[in-house]
Amino acid sequence: MALTDYDKALLAGEEGPAAQMAMRILNRMLPVFGVDRFMDVEAAHIDSTVYMGVATMEYAERLADLGAKVRVPATLNVSGVDEHGWQEWEVPEEVAANATRQMRAYEAMGCIPTWTCAPYQTEHAPSFGQQIAAGESNVIGYYNSVIGARTERYPDLLDICAAITGRVPAAGLHLDEGRKGTVLLRLRDVPASLQEDDAFYPVLGHLIGRVAPDGIPVIEGMQVQPTNDQLKAVCAGGASSGAIALFHMVGVTPEAPTTKEAFQGEEPPRIIEVGMDELRRSYQDLSTAHGEKLDMVVLGSPHFSIDEFKALAPLVKDRKKADGVDFLVTCSRTVRMIAGHVGLLEPIEAFGAKITVDTCPLTSPMLPDRIKNLMTNSAKYAYYSPGLLGTDVVYGRLSDCVESAVEGRIIREEGPWKA
Amino acid sequence: MESVTGTIIIPGQAEGMLLASAEPLSFWGGYDQHTGEIIDRRHPLSGEIGTDRILALPFTRGSSTTTAILLESVRRGVAPAGIITDRADVFLALASVVADEMYESAFPMVAVGRSVFDRLKSGDHARIREGGVIEFEISA
Repeated sequence: MALTDYDKALLAGEEGPAAQMAMRILNRMLPVFGVDRFMDVEAAHIDSTVYMGVATMEYAERLADLGAKVRVPATLNVSGVDEHGWQEWEVPEEVAANATRQMRAYEAMGCIPTWTCAPYQTEHAPSFGQQIAAGESNVIGYYNSVIGARTERYPDLLDICAAITGRVPAAGLHLDEGRKGTVLLRLRDVPASLQEDDAFYPVLGHLIGRVAPDGIPVIEGMQVQPTNDQLKAVCAGGASSGAIALFHMVGVTPEAPTTKEAFQGEEPPRIIEVGMDELRRSYQDLSTAHGEKLDMVVLGSPHFSIDEFKALAPLVKDRKKADGVDFLVTCSRTVRMIAGHVGLLEPIEAFGAKITVDTCPLTSPMLPDRIKNLMTNSAKYAYYSPGLLGTDVVYGRLSDCVESAVEGRIIREEGPWKA
Repeated sequence: MESVTGTIIIPGQAEGMLLASAEPLSFWGGYDQHTGEIIDRRHPLSGEIGTDRILALPFTRGSSTTTAILLESVRRGVAPAGIITDRADVFLALASVVADEMYESAFPMVAVGRSVFDRLKSGDHARIREGGVIEFEISA
């Protein structure tokens, strides 16, 4: 192994026991990455914050008790509770107490308490070409694909080791070679009108994760410039149904001005044609139910942005959700604060919606048992709810979610999705 | 029994009934850390129990929290006895490394490549031995 003097000093404990433990874990993982050296990172995003039980708390507290401090700016992903709002929900007190202890441990290490799975929509977003150690699958996808920053697909528990040491294995997506496209997805006869629709992007993300789960897809055939929120939806979808850590979208994302450049001058090793049939199948696959029953609408995975609040507010203005339906939006503390200051929350709360920050129903046991039928506009909520929450789920566009909440039953404008 | 030698990802020994799928899995939203049940309702192994089995998956997809779920599963005693993958998988390997750091209870992992992986069948008996050797029954 080609360890530097700095790496060896950390391993020898010269920078304290926490840095030693972090480096020992990284060093044991080095061969699993298939390389023999480390490299520097400039920043990190820590997904280890997600409270999954006593083990994740004990891990955080072990590091904090040993005196761990992050060496690079490190934003924090969601935690296991809405720290100041969990009492309104069904969160068991023990979970709230433990998850809060875990939050304190990561704050004690000097991390930035962003508590969001959309750190790229904060002032802490990285820039093109920066080397980052990011956990959280959608964040990894967004940093790599949309921003052109460079991070491997890091798991929870390793991201914090990278932040404490400032070091990661010099592997994969950190290197030019590792960022080359591996499969060409050619959109055929996908009309521009559909590409302008927010509902297209979660479906596309879900599809790319399905057809190229371990690849670097290059998407060709875009006729419009998607918004950042639309690209965020592709990242979250592809990182749920698959392990997409980087995709290129020709003419849209920064490393793909042309198809040729996305493949670094080589021919695509594989080509997949994607037409309306494939997209309709992906759309259908996002839902597990076909009835009208609706208990809750849930929005904001990844966390809602200001622009998404701007889209929601006029749809719900001067209206009321049905009594039997809950309506939840998840976002960061910062976005809630800004949305509140500019008057976006007022119509949304008057509609009967609730806002949860710091976390979401997938990472916090907050929903009552009676919630069995969800509706969402998020591919990530749609993918994980059946397994994590034991619910059925129906995927629909934002306006469908609002109309359904008002009617008290699921209604969808099938439009282009109808065969 | 057939015997093949794979690449050691995490050294150790384990024995149990195989639970195998060619479809990748996210443990977050896919493996219940309280019961060991496979809970990804879109996955072919949905409803199966992974506890004490030799779990064979090509690689992990989805969430970074896969590692945290597997660590919790080790702590609660509902983790697989050992894991066989098609290729080196960082998410699963890290759970074993941290389980060793925190609880001195690492589980072994071996990567065997696609051609061997494709012959592993749920229900067959398998052993992971020292040196990355895997022994498994060959069903008809």
